[in-house]
Amino acid sequence: MTATPKAEKERRLTYAQAIREALVEEMERDPSLLLLGEDIGEPGGVFGVTQGLLQRFGAERVLDTPISEEAVIGTALGAALLGVPTVAEIMFSDFATLAMDQIVNQAAKFRYMTGGRTSAPFVIRMVTGTAGATAAQHSQSLEAWFTATPGLKVVTASTPADAKGLLKSAIRDPDPVLFFEHKLLYNSRGAVPAGVDSLIPLGEGRVAREGSDVTLVAYLYMLPRALKAAEALAGEGISVEVWDPRTLVPFDRAGLRRSLEKTGRLVIVQEAPRRNGFCAEIAAIAAEEFFPLLKAPIKRVCGTNTPMPYAPELEQFVIPDEERIAAGVREVMRNAVRSASGS
Amino acid sequence: MQSLASYTPAFLKELYRKMVLIRRFEERAAELRSLGYIPGFLHPYIGQEAVAVGACAALGPHDYITSTHRGHGHILARGGDPRYMYAELFARRDGYNRAKGGSLHIANIELGIIGANGIVGGGIPIAVGAGLALKQARQIAVHHPDDPRARRADGVAVTFFGDGASNQGAFHESLNLAALWRLPVIFICENNLYGEFTPQHKHQTIRDIATRASSYAIPGLIADGNDVLDVYRVVSKAAEDARKGRGPTLVECKTYRHRGHYEGDMGQYRPAEEVAFWLEADPIKNYRRLLLAGAICTEDELRALDQAVEQELEEAVAFAKASPHPAPEEALEDVFVESYGGRALL
Repeated sequence: MTATPKAEKERRLTYAQAIREALVEEMERDPSLLLLGEDIGEPGGVFGVTQGLLQRFGAERVLDTPISEEAVIGTALGAALLGVPTVAEIMFSDFATLAMDQIVNQAAKFRYMTGGRTSAPFVIRMVTGTAGATAAQHSQSLEAWFTATPGLKVVTASTPADAKGLLKSAIRDPDPVLFFEHKLLYNSRGAVPAGVDSLIPLGEGRVAREGSDVTLVAYLYMLPRALKAAEALAGEGISVEVWDPRTLVPFDRAGLRRSLEKTGRLVIVQEAPRRNGFCAEIAAIAAEEFFPLLKAPIKRVCGTNTPMPYAPELEQFVIPDEERIAAGVREVMRNAVRSASGS
Repeated sequence: MQSLASYTPAFLKELYRKMVLIRRFEERAAELRSLGYIPGFLHPYIGQEAVAVGACAALGPHDYITSTHRGHGHILARGGDPRYMYAELFARRDGYNRAKGGSLHIANIELGIIGANGIVGGGIPIAVGAGLALKQARQIAVHHPDDPRARRADGVAVTFFGDGASNQGAFHESLNLAALWRLPVIFICENNLYGEFTPQHKHQTIRDIATRASSYAIPGLIADGNDVLDVYRVVSKAAEDARKGRGPTLVECKTYRHRGHYEGDMGQYRPAEEVAFWLEADPIKNYRRLLLAGAICTEDELRALDQAVEQELEEAVAFAKASPHPAPEEALEDVFVESYGGRALL
């Protein structure tokens, strides 16, 4: 880290490198911070995110665990309750199902059940989403489940810079945080600030592309797809503002409102199945609180209500692509025209 | 039963007082519930007092426990204050959990009580995490002796659970992990012969749960869970191993609950002769006899201890009755820490 400030400012990292940098910086900052997970040490993680950390920090801080998700999450929680911050990795978020007691009944509720007298400062890194033929038990997008459990914060990092800044905030946060990382983003590149204190606060969304006709909400792997759709739609004369909530809990209502004040139209994209996805919550917030700002009905563009199939062509059919996102935006624009001409 | 000569009279009397405190706390709680003071569940610890008291007598100020549904005994044995416990059971603001937890969730980290637990086996992995933190404290003590966490470098984590929990995946995962990392954890199984309403022989094929330790290459010890000194002796041995870095131990305490699974369950699924046998093996009655036979104290002294317990509990109940109810809006507090005002994120 001897680069000049200018070089640091311009340096580009992959999403995986950005996550690793956040872990390294936070482990250096707090010598008690521990990492736990299956194959995170010697193998450096299935996706290489934790490569080199064992060598750098030693086996007492980078703990390879057995395949025991429930015990791993309970262990991370127990250490955190004694003031030892931990970051546990769930290799595929599908495996969080094996640790649901510790996440939902224990971690989420400890502070509340004890009347605010305890806190559990720990992070669960959840590797999520499709990755091309990973099929039904290694591809799910389960983030909405956890948003339905009060006591958990839910972060969805979609760019390398966000991955670093949000993970650092999550680690320093005094509450349990679930940090969702998308497999298909690990190799994406972007500028990443170098500073040890380059934190992005939880609860602040980000305008990923400015626009004036319609607000397109997207996160994780749907964000790059939404940006491509927005670029294509610009050629058709539709100005799309792409807005990334960055954290689902806490959710940046004010940020969404600011965007809707500009556009008056809302399309929400998610990779997860449509039914009870976080899209539905965003749509409900907009309908309840921002209705006067809306010029057209809200549109959701979501995964289908199916398990994830294996065949690549089936998988691509199930999750929204650029064309389906663009079609959703066009529909909202048409609806707006129709309602305007009908009045 | 064993020789009393190796213990001080004060120590022996304190074991008696703690067991009576638990017994009478629970009997009064049942009464108070029937009078309408306690809105929620109660899972009385009556009959198992020797386990909590014997085990916690082997613990020091830097040790931690996780507990169970049937947790009042562990909390009292670990130094919990009956005033704040009754206040919690009454759902009052002065309760340990400010009326947000109730019987199944009483916790106080300062006392080393990580918490009772409403999920069977839920506390076991958490104790493994406490063990990991305590193992880290040993490192901190070497490299940063001034760090306050170095103080707990000799700490052990104890997790209490029942025979029912020994069939949960969390139990097996936790034993494996604690054994693998040689963590200072003591797994104390209170085998009271019933997993909720189901007798042991209908929920597992073994009689001695301690044998499950062999799957994880750790010691598995059996204690007479109705003999407070036997529990103390066995848990002391496990604690010494844990403190010296020799890793975890599984301790099985054979015991019995005098009442049903919860207050209101009449326990009619239990054969009368079995109940009679175990009532005869009452840990307090027998220990009382032992103290008298060993001339550790007189009948009068024991009566005085009993009366002091009654006095303490009388005051605790009065304290709880006087404690205010929470304001309904307090339901929105304590979801998160101060970063968001601690309130529910709507």
